[in-house]
Amino acid sequence: MEILARTVQATRCYGPVIALDGVSLDVPAGQLLGLLGPNGAGKTTLLQLLPGLRRPTSGTVELFGGYPRDAARRRRLGCTPQETGLPPTLRVHEVVEFVAGHFADPVPTPELLEQFGLTGLERRQSGGLSGGQKRRLTVAVAFVGRPDLVLLDEPTTGLDVEARHALWDAVRRYHQGGGTVVLTSHYLEEVEALAERVVVIDQGRVRADGTLADVRSLVPARRVRLRAPDLPELAGVERSNRDGDRHELWTADSDALVRQLVTMGIPFRDLEVATASLEEAFLALTAPGTQTVALIDGELAR
Amino acid sequence: MSTSTNVRLAGLHARYQFVETVRVPIAVIGTTLFPTLSLLFFIVPQSFAQDPAAATAATAQLAVFAVMSVSLFNYGVGVAEERALPWDGYTRTLPAGPSPRLVGRLLNGLAFVILGLVPLVLLAWLLTAATLPPSRLALTAAALLAAGFPLFAIGIGIGYSMSTKAALAVAQSLLLPLAFGGGLFLPPETFPGWLNSISMWLPTRAGRDLVVTATTGVDLPGPTVFVLGGWTLLAGSLAVWAYRRDEGRRFR
Repeated sequence: MEILARTVQATRCYGPVIALDGVSLDVPAGQLLGLLGPNGAGKTTLLQLLPGLRRPTSGTVELFGGYPRDAARRRRLGCTPQETGLPPTLRVHEVVEFVAGHFADPVPTPELLEQFGLTGLERRQSGGLSGGQKRRLTVAVAFVGRPDLVLLDEPTTGLDVEARHALWDAVRRYHQGGGTVVLTSHYLEEVEALAERVVVIDQGRVRADGTLADVRSLVPARRVRLRAPDLPELAGVERSNRDGDRHELWTADSDALVRQLVTMGIPFRDLEVATASLEEAFLALTAPGTQTVALIDGELAR
Repeated sequence: MSTSTNVRLAGLHARYQFVETVRVPIAVIGTTLFPTLSLLFFIVPQSFAQDPAAATAATAQLAVFAVMSVSLFNYGVGVAEERALPWDGYTRTLPAGPSPRLVGRLLNGLAFVILGLVPLVLLAWLLTAATLPPSRLALTAAALLAAGFPLFAIGIGIGYSMSTKAALAVAQSLLLPLAFGGGLFLPPETFPGWLNSISMWLPTRAGRDLVVTATTGVDLPGPTVFVLGGWTLLAGSLAVWAYRRDEGRRFR
């Protein structure tokens, strides 16, 4: 399979700060990859290395088999500007047409604006758009050149639910048409909804890299919450947390656990059972003191 | 990238930069109308406005001033402002090298110079005795370009090496000394000797003398070509240094 973008042992320092520490990542054609990490983890730096906005301090970055600073390598790439960065005096159609002018076969402006719910705003100056409209415009221009690879940095931050789902649909349609996406997000829900592959970055290193199911399986499948005085030793509990009389238990089989609690006559209340989400896997992976690199391509590794 | 693509992209960048600037009318008025207003207030009421040689020289001086204010403000402050915006970083992810952006900026400045010169020349022609025979038109344009280059390079040097606030302060504090000292407002013939000897070393003075010679045909003072050449080299190096340093800082 064609690798559209790749970093090999990429390290990036800002003075004494190591933002990215030996990250190797392949982005094969057709993948929808979600990049997760707490603030300051190195996601944005990684997303700046791929289009050549920054150079790695050491290691290499490849884009479409070449050097990303070579303008020709960026012909099949689509990126999002920051919403605060749109030239305020340019009209919506002008922003789109300016970007479109860089590509051989751009999507016609009316079609693109319709796809991203911006029809009717063509003549508005971008400085006069609402936050959500600006966000949609920045995402739209990433797609105007019919790119093969799109880098989306926090595409739905600040959007309401409806607009977010509309944008997800646009990203899915693009992906179903064969497009490749690398996406960062604050919303784990977004990554769960879209991504096939999840890469968790923390403190500049890859903590986990695998399918959504792989990464989710890093924590036991169910989380049981309850209030009770002291709990005895319970079978099947893989991890637990306690705060006063509140307990959080992780287990593969919540039914068996609840049965135990009942038969042992434990006076619990406020029972809650939930499927462990990506969020919990993410929190477990990026908890302070977590040093293990958990999963690379579905394999547990150290 | 092929040359034709680069030329097309330079045109694209120039066009949108122009539109972006033109939508802020006060920015346009400031740089383009000021030379014309100076002509109206300082030249037209004077008696020498009816003397062809003096009026032509005065108009030529203000033309150099127009070029300088575009260089310092459109390039100097404009570049510094743009560098601060994330949009500038975004344009680097588009499939265009650095040259379309730079050439686009150059063309954009040129457009504003022309916008500044048109009303100036028109009013000078209508209200004063200034004349420019068609045979001198090309020579004058070339002289203006040569006079403008070091100023343009100073602007680029400021824009790529400073923050917006610093660029604005530096541009403003350079504008008046360079304009007065270079004889762009008052003709250097009125200068006392000491001022004249300082003035001879300024890029604006050398540029002014070159353009006055091109328009009126008076003799070019001896050192002009060397002073202008020296400033071109110096300011050009400053611009290249600032541009590279900025690339290295922001896009390492």
